[in-house]
Amino acid sequence: MEKITREETGYGIISGEERFLSKISQLELTDDELVEMYSTMCAIRRFEIEADKLYAMGKVHGTMHLSAGQEAVAVGTWRAVRRDDYFLNNHRGHGHFIARGSDINLMMAEFLGKETGYCRGRGGSMHIADVETNNLGANGVVGGGISLAVGVGLALKLRQDEHIVVVVFGDGAANQGILHESLNMSAIWKLPVLFICENNHYGMSMEVRRSVARLPIAQRADGYGIPWKYIDGNDVLAVLETMRIASEYVRSRQGPMFVEAETYRYFGHSKSDRNLYRTKDEIESWRQKDPIVRFRRELVVAKIMTEEQAEQIDQEAQAVIDETVRFAEASPEPEVSSVTDYVYA
Amino acid sequence: MTEMTYAEAIRAALREEMQRDARVFLLGEDIGRYGGAFGVTFGLLDEFGDQRVIETPISESAIVGAAAGAAMAGMRPVAEIMFMDFILHGMEQLVNQAAKVRFMFGGKATVPMVIRMPGGSGTGAAAQHSQSLESLLAHIPGIKVVNPSSPYDAKGLLLSSIRDLNPVMFVEHKLLYKTRGEVPDNEYTIPLGVAEVKRKGKDITVVAGNIMVPRTLIVAERLAKEGIEVEVIDPRTLRPLDLDTIVNSVRKTGRLLVVHEAPLTGGWGGEVAASVASSPAFAYLDAPIRRLAGKDIPIPYNRNLERAAVPQEEDIDREIRMMAQNKY
Repeated sequence: MEKITREETGYGIISGEERFLSKISQLELTDDELVEMYSTMCAIRRFEIEADKLYAMGKVHGTMHLSAGQEAVAVGTWRAVRRDDYFLNNHRGHGHFIARGSDINLMMAEFLGKETGYCRGRGGSMHIADVETNNLGANGVVGGGISLAVGVGLALKLRQDEHIVVVVFGDGAANQGILHESLNMSAIWKLPVLFICENNHYGMSMEVRRSVARLPIAQRADGYGIPWKYIDGNDVLAVLETMRIASEYVRSRQGPMFVEAETYRYFGHSKSDRNLYRTKDEIESWRQKDPIVRFRRELVVAKIMTEEQAEQIDQEAQAVIDETVRFAEASPEPEVSSVTDYVYA
Repeated sequence: MTEMTYAEAIRAALREEMQRDARVFLLGEDIGRYGGAFGVTFGLLDEFGDQRVIETPISESAIVGAAAGAAMAGMRPVAEIMFMDFILHGMEQLVNQAAKVRFMFGGKATVPMVIRMPGGSGTGAAAQHSQSLESLLAHIPGIKVVNPSSPYDAKGLLLSSIRDLNPVMFVEHKLLYKTRGEVPDNEYTIPLGVAEVKRKGKDITVVAGNIMVPRTLIVAERLAKEGIEVEVIDPRTLRPLDLDTIVNSVRKTGRLLVVHEAPLTGGWGGEVAASVASSPAFAYLDAPIRRLAGKDIPIPYNRNLERAAVPQEEDIDREIRMMAQNKY
């Protein structure tokens, strides 16, 4: 059987500082941009850890799905894609929202169910959305956003709008039947849809090698004539580079593209998860490939920032998150008398 | 006024709204050259081109999802589901997505989409092509359900449905497509949520939907000759439901029969009955509220069995006589 391997990025600390420098030069990234990317990755990690803490403290009414460990996919993607491009997210969506530039205060307020939240406390973590900025929301249904993205892509095509639509889903969603219909429909109509499969190895407790007949997932795109890439999702520059190519292809109206980014989530699936399906060793082995640690080391070795600066940026990220918690906790609850509002326009 | 069929009235509404609003487009299976399985969209492809009349693969889940996504992105999609039965493929996209997006997002999104679909039995299409699923749809908060019984209503209600900012399920009936009626030449709309008294009467109120409206009207004319005056109310939309018109009628007649083709158990007739029973009209009732509905079975193929599965004129006639004579 033909062997399909992930695209090796061929650079990074292991390959030496020079290759890293040549990559950032090729990607035309300034030092400020690189540091900002690192800073955003820290913000996501801090947000997720804070969310977990708030839950442990009993301050969160509902559930949550945390993306710690997957930061490079979010940050690399939204550095490549326009921030006003349409977006459909999944239930594990905090990271992409932060990377896209969503207001963290409004996210945290929504997470705590407050009237000031993005959805006035009606949606919670799984339904954060901001339609005004073309962010059509996270989704509580695995694969729920995929066919909506086809519709957005169709709308963009019909009105000759230059935006594209990005839809992010996991390896679990890849086994929903709707992906088949959606890939086919977007391919026959050459819709401007960028399909991003964030393969974090688990659909809840089901390991991807047990749930997918043939890996990588992205090779399924061949069946629809859709170009695809399978990349190291813990390498933020590899993600950025690939998403640039992919989004340019999609924006040029040649049709959809499919990118699978391999990554790993550290936290459990949701609050009920006791991590019975994977070993501590496995989690530890992925921590050795942590996207933030790796990028930080690369930036320090390349003398783009110092260890002290890196540490300070991380602490500043925490300070911002602390402020969001203060904002959210001080925000009012929705009025109970408004419970039936917003069902119909 | 022009006399046209129910199918032509729907087509006229689609045409007018597509001419008026560039955001409106059609999508569905075989809706182009073929004109749709029942010919409703016939000719619209030539008139508007393939960017406004979009033929899809046989992918009902993605049709519903794509309509919802396009609506969220500012378009006004009108999707055709070839047979109402196939909406079940798209229930995830309809119920979990389209119906809830506005609420989940705190009122900050709108999903202005219409799904047209023919329901009902009577064509020998058997159990998977003959269902009346409107009660099931009407159960879902966030969507509206329209159930027109005449060409006039079909056109006016469809225009309102397309202009509505919510997901609207436009339930047509296969046996009505060729029925004829007068339709005004000038533009008119019928608001969603307003019932119509199709026939005035003082002895009994019959609330009927869709195909059951013409059946009940025929029976009512016959019974009038025998001195039983039937008031026939067509709710026209099941959600929102115009309860006031029904309650006012029952206060006058003291008797209520609800007739629909959907199966009895969990059918919308139960909702009407319960609502009237808990309204001020209760005190005016001279008889128990009755429901005449489809039997609780899948629709059979055999002609005689198929007829027996859902209310026919003779069933409505018998039921009204029984109630008028206080025999139940």
